[in-house]
Amino acid sequence: MFRWLSQIGTLTTFNLRTLPQRPGSVAASLVGMAGVVAVLVGVLSIQQGFAKTLEATGSPDTAFVLRGGADGEMMSIVTRDDARLIGEAPGIAKGTVEGAATPLVSPELFVVIGLPKKTTGTDANVPLRGVVPAAFGVHDRVKIVEGRNFAWGRNEVIVGRAAQGQFRGLEVGKTLNLGQNQWQIVGAFTADGGLSESEIWTDAAVLQPAYRRGTTYQSVKVKLASVGSFQPFKDALTRNPQLDVKVQRETEFYAGQSRGMTRLIMSLGVIIGVLMGLGAVFGALITMYTAVATRTREIATLRALGFGRVPVLLSVVGESLAIAALGGALGALGAYLAFDGFETATINWQSFSQVAFAFRVGPALLALGVLYALALGLVGGLFPAIRAARLPVATALRE
Amino acid sequence: MGGWWQRALPAGVGMTRAGLLASGFRRHKLRLVLTGLSIVVAFLLFSYLVAIRKAFEMGVDVAGADRMMVRHSVSIIQSLPASYEAEIERVPGVVDATPLSWFGGIYQDPKNFIAQFPVKPEEYLAMYPEFKLPADQKAAWLRTRTGAIAGRTIATKYGWKVGDRIPIQATVWRPKGGGTTWDFDLVGIYDGKEKETDTTQFLFRQDFFEENKSFGQGRIGWYAIRIKDPSRAADVAKAIDEHFVNSPSATKTETEGAMAQGFANQVGNIGLIIVAILTAVFFIIMVVVGNTMAQSVRERTQEIGVLKALGFSNGGVLALVLGESLLLAGIAGGIGLLMGYGLVSRGDPTNGFLPIFFFPPKDLILGAALIVALGLLTGLLPALQAMRLRTVDALRRG
Repeated sequence: MFRWLSQIGTLTTFNLRTLPQRPGSVAASLVGMAGVVAVLVGVLSIQQGFAKTLEATGSPDTAFVLRGGADGEMMSIVTRDDARLIGEAPGIAKGTVEGAATPLVSPELFVVIGLPKKTTGTDANVPLRGVVPAAFGVHDRVKIVEGRNFAWGRNEVIVGRAAQGQFRGLEVGKTLNLGQNQWQIVGAFTADGGLSESEIWTDAAVLQPAYRRGTTYQSVKVKLASVGSFQPFKDALTRNPQLDVKVQRETEFYAGQSRGMTRLIMSLGVIIGVLMGLGAVFGALITMYTAVATRTREIATLRALGFGRVPVLLSVVGESLAIAALGGALGALGAYLAFDGFETATINWQSFSQVAFAFRVGPALLALGVLYALALGLVGGLFPAIRAARLPVATALRE
Repeated sequence: MGGWWQRALPAGVGMTRAGLLASGFRRHKLRLVLTGLSIVVAFLLFSYLVAIRKAFEMGVDVAGADRMMVRHSVSIIQSLPASYEAEIERVPGVVDATPLSWFGGIYQDPKNFIAQFPVKPEEYLAMYPEFKLPADQKAAWLRTRTGAIAGRTIATKYGWKVGDRIPIQATVWRPKGGGTTWDFDLVGIYDGKEKETDTTQFLFRQDFFEENKSFGQGRIGWYAIRIKDPSRAADVAKAIDEHFVNSPSATKTETEGAMAQGFANQVGNIGLIIVAILTAVFFIIMVVVGNTMAQSVRERTQEIGVLKALGFSNGGVLALVLGESLLLAGIAGGIGLLMGYGLVSRGDPTNGFLPIFFFPPKDLILGAALIVALGLLTGLLPALQAMRLRTVDALRRG
C-alpha cells in the first residue's frame, strides 16, 4: 500500500513537471475548464443575488396576510374591516409606536409608478407602498439614513437606497410628479439589503385617495409575539368566517416570490452548464489522450522499472484533476471578480414591479464551481488513464 | 474515405495514396471524434443562444408600426375610464381604439402563467391581424357571451379543445355573483401569422367581464390604438396626451415597439448578460476546437511532404487539407445545429416564462456561415503552411 502511494506521488509529480512541455493543449484545457466554471458560477450568481435580497426581506416571526387566492400583493385586496379583524387575532406582538403601546399590525397599500431607469431611460414599475405608523414597528430593519421620515398626512415620501441607485430623480429634496399629485422626497432608508430598499414609502392614508382605493389595503403584515405564535394566529384567521385570507410566514412568501426568477435562471443555467460541461470533458479528453500518447515510451519505461498499473492510472487521473482544479479555481475567481456585487434591477412578475439586487458569488457557489470542474476532470482523465495503464510494455518501448 | 478525396488528387493517383492519407487520420480517430463532438456541443449552445436572445427581445422587432398603446400616465396598473375610447377615436390620425385589461387569474395552479385579457372580439382581431382565427370560430365567439379563445401554444400545452369549459380562478377580479371562479367556454383557438406572434394569450369578452366583475365598472386597463400614418406617431401621441392632461386620469401614449422595449428594459440586463456569457462561451469553444484541428494538420507535415514528393501539386495539397477541416466542421456543426433546432423547437425550457421561444430562421444561416468560417479558418493557415513547405524540409521534420 505504502509503495503504491509513494509510486503515485512520484508519478504525479513527474507528470505535472511535463506540463510546460505541451503548453498549447494544457492551456486549451485550462481555458476550457475556467470558462465552464466562470459561466456556471456567473449565471447562478444572478439567482443567488435575487434570492438573497428576498430572503433578507422576510423574517420568520412576521406573518404576511393576503386575500385568499392571491399570489402577490398586487392581486390582493384587504378592507379596513378585514385589517381590524386580523389585528384582533391572538399571538400578535405589542410594541411602542409613536409613544403608545399598540399591537404591531401593519396594513399596507401597494401600487407601482413609472419612473425612468438610469441605465435605459425608459419607464420601469417602481413600487410605492402606503403604510401606517405600526409599519415601522413590524419592519424593524428599516432605518432612515438620510433626511427624515415622512410626516403623516402629508404628500411626502421616503425612498429606498437601492431604488435611488437604479432610478432617476429620487434624490432627497426632489419632487415626484405623479399624475395630479406632487410628492416631496424627504428622506432615504435602508433595510438590511431587503426588498424594501427597492421601494418608495409614504402614508397609506394619503396614498389611498390619490389612487382611488377608498379605505382598502392590499396586505397586512403582523409581528408575532414569537416564531411559535404563527400557527395559533393562522388558525384563528382561517377559522374566522368573516375573513377570506391567505396567511403565510413572511419568509415563505418571499421564497415564493423568487420562484419565477429561480426557475428561469435554473433552467437556463442547467442547460448551459451541462452543454459546456460536455465541451470541457471533450477538451480534457483530448488533452489527456495527447499527453498519454506523447509519453507512451516514458510510461512503458516506468512500467518496465517496476511501477504498477494502478499508480500509472491514478497518476494520469491526478494530472487531469490538477489541471481541472486549477482551471476551475481560475474560473471561479474570474466569476467572483466579474459578477460579485454587480448591481442591477429586474422585474418581479409576482409583484409586477422592479427589484434592485446585486449578483452574489458566495463560498457555496465557488465550491460548487470547483467541484464541477473536478468532476469533469475526473471523467476527462479516467479513459486516457486506463489506456496508459493497459499499454503493452514491450511494444510501447519500441515506439 | 473515398470520392471527393480522389478529385483532390492529381490524375492517375489512385486509392492507394488516398488510403495512405486516410491511415494518417485513423491514428487520430479518437481525437477526430472528440473534436467533432466539441463542435456539436458548440452549435447546440449556439441554438440556445439565438433562441434566448430572441426571447429576451420580447417581440420588440415585430411590434406593429401603426399600433400604439394608451395607458395611465402614472403606471399601467392604473385604470382608465371606458369612455376614453370614443374620445381617443376622435383625435385626428387615430383609426381605431380598443380596450384591454389585465385579468391575472389562475388556471389550476399559480405556476401556470397565462396572460388573460378581456377584449372586444371584433375590434381586437382587427387590431391584431396576426392572430388567425377561423371564421366559424370567430362567429361562435361573437355569439357566445361566455366565449373565450386561446392561442395554439397554450391550447396544446393544457390539452384544450374547442367546446371545453375552462375555469379560471380570479385573483383581483372576483365575479359579482360570489365565489372566485369564472367559467369560460372555449370557442376558438388562434394561430400566429408569424413565428414571433404570441400564441400564449387567453382572450374573453369585455362585455361579459364588465357585466360580471364585482367592482371597477366603467374602467379598463389600457387602450390599443391604430393610427393612419406611423410616421406621425409622435404627433398623435402628443395630441392624445394633451387632450387628457387635465382630466383625473392623464394618459401616456407610446408606440407598441416602445412599450415592448420598455418591458424588455424592465427585465433589464439579465437577458443581455446571459446572451453575452453564451456568446463568450461559444467563441471559447471555437478557439479551443480550432486549435486542436489546426494542430492535427500541423502534425501531418511529414506526410504532406511525402505526398508532395510523390507528385501532388500545391493546389492539390491545399484542397485536401482545407477539404478535411471543412468536412469535419460541416458534419459536426451540421449535426449540432440540427439537434439544437430540434431541442429548441420542443419549446421554452422555463415552462412558460419566455412566451416567444424558437430558433429564428435567419440565425440558421448565421450558424451555417459560422460552420464554414470555422472550417476555413482552422484549415487555411496550416494548409497554406503545408502548401508552401519545401518537400525536402517537410520530409526532414517529424
